[in-house]
Amino acid sequence: MQKQNMAEGVLLPLFFRELKLAWSGGGGAALPVGFYAGAATLTPLALGPATDLLQAAGPGVLFISLALASLLPMERLFQADLEDGTLDVLASSGASMTGIALSKTLAHWMASGLPLALVAPLLWVMLQGPGEAVLIVLGISLLGGLAFFFIGSIGAALTAGVRRGGLLIALVALPLYAPATIFGASALYAAAEGRDWTGSMALCGACALVAIALGPFASGAALKTALD
Amino acid sequence: MISTFANPLKFMNATRWVGPVLLGLAVITLGVGIYIGLFIAPADYRQGDAARIMFIHVPAAMMCMGVYSFMVSASISSLIWKHALADIAGKSAAPIGTVFTAICLITGSLWGKPIWDTWWEWDARLTSVLILFFLYLGYMAIWSAFETQQKAARAAAILCMVGAVNIPIIKWSVEWWTTLHQKASIRLADDWREKLSKPSEIIHSELPEPFLSPLLTVLVGYGLLFGALVIMNMRAEIYARRAEVLIQRRYAEEDED
Repeated sequence: MQKQNMAEGVLLPLFFRELKLAWSGGGGAALPVGFYAGAATLTPLALGPATDLLQAAGPGVLFISLALASLLPMERLFQADLEDGTLDVLASSGASMTGIALSKTLAHWMASGLPLALVAPLLWVMLQGPGEAVLIVLGISLLGGLAFFFIGSIGAALTAGVRRGGLLIALVALPLYAPATIFGASALYAAAEGRDWTGSMALCGACALVAIALGPFASGAALKTALD
Repeated sequence: MISTFANPLKFMNATRWVGPVLLGLAVITLGVGIYIGLFIAPADYRQGDAARIMFIHVPAAMMCMGVYSFMVSASISSLIWKHALADIAGKSAAPIGTVFTAICLITGSLWGKPIWDTWWEWDARLTSVLILFFLYLGYMAIWSAFETQQKAARAAAILCMVGAVNIPIIKWSVEWWTTLHQKASIRLADDWREKLSKPSEIIHSELPEPFLSPLLTVLVGYGLLFGALVIMNMRAEIYARRAEVLIQRRYAEEDED
């Protein structure tokens, strides 16, 4: 029972510690936003500024950029704490590894994933998406980002003990990104063309829920291995 | 019985001849099946000789999912009982499954060009098999990324189990989405439990007999081939680990001198 209380006492402070660390330290949390905006800005430079072309390609490009930007914070998600021994201390606190993985991933989504979703409507309008759909874009980006972060956290935990694991995370996580990408992008296209977007968005949300439900267990098991 | 073979020493003794024997049977079965499929079975009346590639393609597609399921069960056993032989089984099966997946994708593409008039279509079945291919690659990459075998084994097992969500997606992709790829034409009969006494009726097939028998022969051949290769791979892996231990022991002895 006391162990239980200790565990509850660890996870919430851990969440806020992660948020503080992410937002201090030179704005590392904002870097994925820079990548996201940069990738979206390159699109009209590569495709040309023609409105109809941008409207046809924009939603897809935006969602792929979101997926790739979500991969960026993953390399350091667990690796830094594994290297400097923080993870050992957390493990000895009695908190479950699943809970630790959940707290850390959620904190990093708050620090990096939420800003990504917040700039998505801006990039949407820049890529000639219809202005009335911006709130839908925000919602889809929130759900898609959650799915990407929690699936990515599995890759991050699996490769935490591997030197230069960044590319390995991409190889492991990108195939698993497929369902969220399919449904998220099709919801964006539906919103852009004024069709019914609720079904695709619900399925994208389902991907996020499955990722949140399963991701921390897989990540926690992988982190335990890394600590052995 | 499983616990008997879970002992590496007993496994090595029991399987000394199994690999080559299975390999010989596989060569014979595959030879017969492919010969019937390519030369004896009649040409399809609409697709002509192009349909013959199905005798390679369909069994390979079944194998690429079957091998992954084998790896998932190996991963589950490895995580629950922490047994080295289960790790080795999963690791040994992965390259074989990758090749079956590649065969499935390549032959499907070769067939698609004359029949669908496209090498590749982003339909749900094709895409989910391509994702399976990448899952195999990721699994093997995880195995080679770690310095210690134990950590690699556990990480790979976790990834394998996460990737298992893709298997039902592949299986039912042709039912859930309206796609270019046709639905399953061979499956268990709906009342297969009642037909266990008559094995010939367990499988419900929309294929006529001359097409079905070479297809099933090749499938059996692939299964034998997989059994042979996986056992040979496992034995090679066990020998490699023993050699590693011997090398380390020699270094340790040299240090003492």
